[in-house]
Amino acid sequence: MSTPSKERKHQAPASFPKPEFTGAEAGMLEFPSSNSRSYNYFTPQKMRATVYEDVTTDVQPDPERYLTQGWIYGFARGPGGYPHEWTAVKSGNWHAFLDPNEEWEQTIYRNNSNVVRQIELNLQNAKDAGAYAHWSRSWTKFVAENVGAWMHAEHGLGMHVFVSAQRSAPTNMINNAIAVNSAHRLRFAQDLALYNLDLSDSLEVFDGKVHRDAWNNNPSWQGVRENVERLTAVEDWAEAVFATNVVFEPLVGVLFRSDLMMQIAARNGDYITPTLIGAGENDYNRDLRYTRALFSLLGHDERHGAANRSTMQGWLDKWTPVSAHAAHELQPIWSQPSERTVTFADSWAAATDDFKTLVAEFGLTPAKEL
Amino acid sequence: MSRQSLSKAHAKITELSWEPTFATPAKKFGTDYTFDKSPKKDPLKQILRSYFPMEEEKDNRVFGAMDGAIRGNMFRQVQERWMEWQKLFLSIIPFPEISAARAMPLAIDAVPNPQIHNGLAVQMIDEVRHSTIQMNLKRLYMNHYIDPAGFDISEKAFANSYCGTIGRQFGEGFITGDAITAANVYLTVVAETAFTNTLFVAMPSEAAANGDYLLPTVFHSVQSDESRHISNGYSILLMALADEDNRQLLERDLRYAWWNNHCVVDAAIGTFIEYGTKDRRKERDSYAEMWRRWIYDDYYRSYLMPLEKYGLVIPHDLVEKAWDRIYNQHYVHRVAQFFATGWPVNYWRIDPMTDVDFEWFEDKYPGWYDQFGAWWEAYNRLAYPGRNKPIAFESVGYEYPCRCWTCMVPCLIREDLVVDKVDGEWRSYCSETCHWTDAVAFRPRYEGRDTPSMGRLTGKREWETLYDGWDLADIVSDLGYVRDDGKTVVGQPHLHLDDPKKLWTTDDFRGIEFRSPKVLLNQMSDSEREAWAAAYRANPNRTPATV
Repeated sequence: MSTPSKERKHQAPASFPKPEFTGAEAGMLEFPSSNSRSYNYFTPQKMRATVYEDVTTDVQPDPERYLTQGWIYGFARGPGGYPHEWTAVKSGNWHAFLDPNEEWEQTIYRNNSNVVRQIELNLQNAKDAGAYAHWSRSWTKFVAENVGAWMHAEHGLGMHVFVSAQRSAPTNMINNAIAVNSAHRLRFAQDLALYNLDLSDSLEVFDGKVHRDAWNNNPSWQGVRENVERLTAVEDWAEAVFATNVVFEPLVGVLFRSDLMMQIAARNGDYITPTLIGAGENDYNRDLRYTRALFSLLGHDERHGAANRSTMQGWLDKWTPVSAHAAHELQPIWSQPSERTVTFADSWAAATDDFKTLVAEFGLTPAKEL
Repeated sequence: MSRQSLSKAHAKITELSWEPTFATPAKKFGTDYTFDKSPKKDPLKQILRSYFPMEEEKDNRVFGAMDGAIRGNMFRQVQERWMEWQKLFLSIIPFPEISAARAMPLAIDAVPNPQIHNGLAVQMIDEVRHSTIQMNLKRLYMNHYIDPAGFDISEKAFANSYCGTIGRQFGEGFITGDAITAANVYLTVVAETAFTNTLFVAMPSEAAANGDYLLPTVFHSVQSDESRHISNGYSILLMALADEDNRQLLERDLRYAWWNNHCVVDAAIGTFIEYGTKDRRKERDSYAEMWRRWIYDDYYRSYLMPLEKYGLVIPHDLVEKAWDRIYNQHYVHRVAQFFATGWPVNYWRIDPMTDVDFEWFEDKYPGWYDQFGAWWEAYNRLAYPGRNKPIAFESVGYEYPCRCWTCMVPCLIREDLVVDKVDGEWRSYCSETCHWTDAVAFRPRYEGRDTPSMGRLTGKREWETLYDGWDLADIVSDLGYVRDDGKTVVGQPHLHLDDPKKLWTTDDFRGIEFRSPKVLLNQMSDSEREAWAAAYRANPNRTPATV
């Protein structure tokens, strides 16, 4: 048999089927299940499933629910799919976790586009108003080095903690929340990088390259870099998320962003940097909501709660000194700006207060040195 | 953003990565590929500042079209024949999409190129988008199409049906095993670059011809992201080619990935297009013609063949064999016939073929009527309960096929059946290549070299084994494919919802025993098995006109 149309140049058909009344609209007939218009294989949290629940639940199947044939591909050294053994914590029902942010594609793009637009407007206005011209030399250097160094931390965590962790959790609900977390981190890192580019273009004295040296060699930043790199090396996905969002973020991230940058920039004639940094804080607050929900659930799990709290306490004890060390290594940068409106001690006290409140929610005890 | 400022911005973003000195990122997913000699290839430049608003705009268009479809009563003109197959398709596809998101860390782990990492991370977000936007489309269908049964159990049915498991390879294959085999060759180089053309371009055009313009709206929006993914895959492929040691693995993986994609995707999409459509205009391309255009010409000749200049051996034989199966050996038609045979355990309804369909098939695939015509006539005749059992359990000259252990589509090109004892049990395979995939490729040694990262084929791969010896009524109840009156089944071999007497219930299935071909195969003596295999290969499985 010969090959049809093998050498024929493709042409779109000249005709198109005529519209036809088929009557295939809901409600045209009554028959069994004619009104069954909701996904019925999961129990929604409230009376009616949200769009988020509908588009997320059970898309990643589970041998403990409906996946009767099991995972059909395996790794060379272990089962495929999403093994529960990929983390030390356990759950009586992993599917109980729902992201309080209810992230799905519409929320992801709306939220991030709004942030992007806000930042772009701020930067354009700043340029038009010549806002950077009033910056002192010391502040310019401070931003180039320290805001510049921070963007590496955001990028490293986004790329090698959260992108990696979203492969591993047992449910789609958890993995999607982590994926959105990574998108926030990567976007914010790029926001800062492009801000750096803007400043390089606007200010002759702004050194757009010094951020690399600050991140790689400046002693103040080596504790943070070490903390970030060690976080990327964690294999247990829940530990990585916990150590980043529950320990590193409050003790280092919020300390730098909220308790330093947001407090001192205006006094140094800079009303632009806080608008960017605020976007990062907003991202973290959003990501903290799912983190809280996840670890509260694990900490209060009926069957595994006690064991999980013990595991999480172990993580807390392991990572708190690392992040506390990173924070204290950063201390010298508090004295660099000409206008020093907060002391490191004030900032540290604020950060640790929030941290203690957070870990108490999970039934954990912060390290004594705090 | 201008091209110049885009390049500048992209260059700046590449400064974000650094060489770690305290600790390196965990290598969770191994690969046997090496990238020590690889040049750093730069994929398509993408910056999140422009990415998010661009995607938001695309989303707005999609949601605008959805509103318009509801206001314009689109469902009064969609073809039920088409929509029913969407219950299967849209139960499967969100999982491969989300699996592609989960595959990105495998590639990031394996490939030491920060520029590619950025592209892969953006792809991860795209894939979350695709998965949820497709689930939302299905939700809209469930709410507005006349028969929501099947949509309402969608992800459960995907997880426990015999079809879902076939489709699941196109997803699990992205996230498991050797990181490059899975996340690069199988996912990007073959699945996304070749087969999304039929999935996301050919199929939507057929949807439009059947009155459904929402599927094209959503899937073209999805496809517009694919070019970036293809660019990611190509960059990694070129990096892998820089190391001579990778060549053998690439050639292995291209053979596996090409053949598995063909077996799975052509089976599914070919059936949806050819048997889901009511559009029988002769000038309308058949699936074979679409395949020739989108896969043979656009992928094989324009993408795959140029890789020969890098010294890579391309699986020409398998491309030609796939074409031969699709056109000359009626692969798609045999799959459709199998799905229709299995209607009692489906969660969608299958419309019988009519004389208009027969004429079109015969025109597009000469010899079609001789092979399939009498069977579809029997399907039509046996469509209602009361006087007969479902067609699979009536004597119409159709022998229920055994399952391919590798691709899990049945062994439908019967003369190509391979039977072998692998891992201590007798397995059947649809083709030499599927046998090779299990017995040779997915092993810890390959052609004399260690391949410790290569994945394994696992799980209860023959669905029928789960229900061997069960009563058909109990199977359907266990699966949950029963409507809300507690007895009418979701799957029906026709579209007549207006007459309750025409709707099959579990009562009509009571007393019918279901058997697993694999269990039976393993109970045979050597001589019985040889005789059975010879008879299987020789049987054309053609329904006589007199039945």
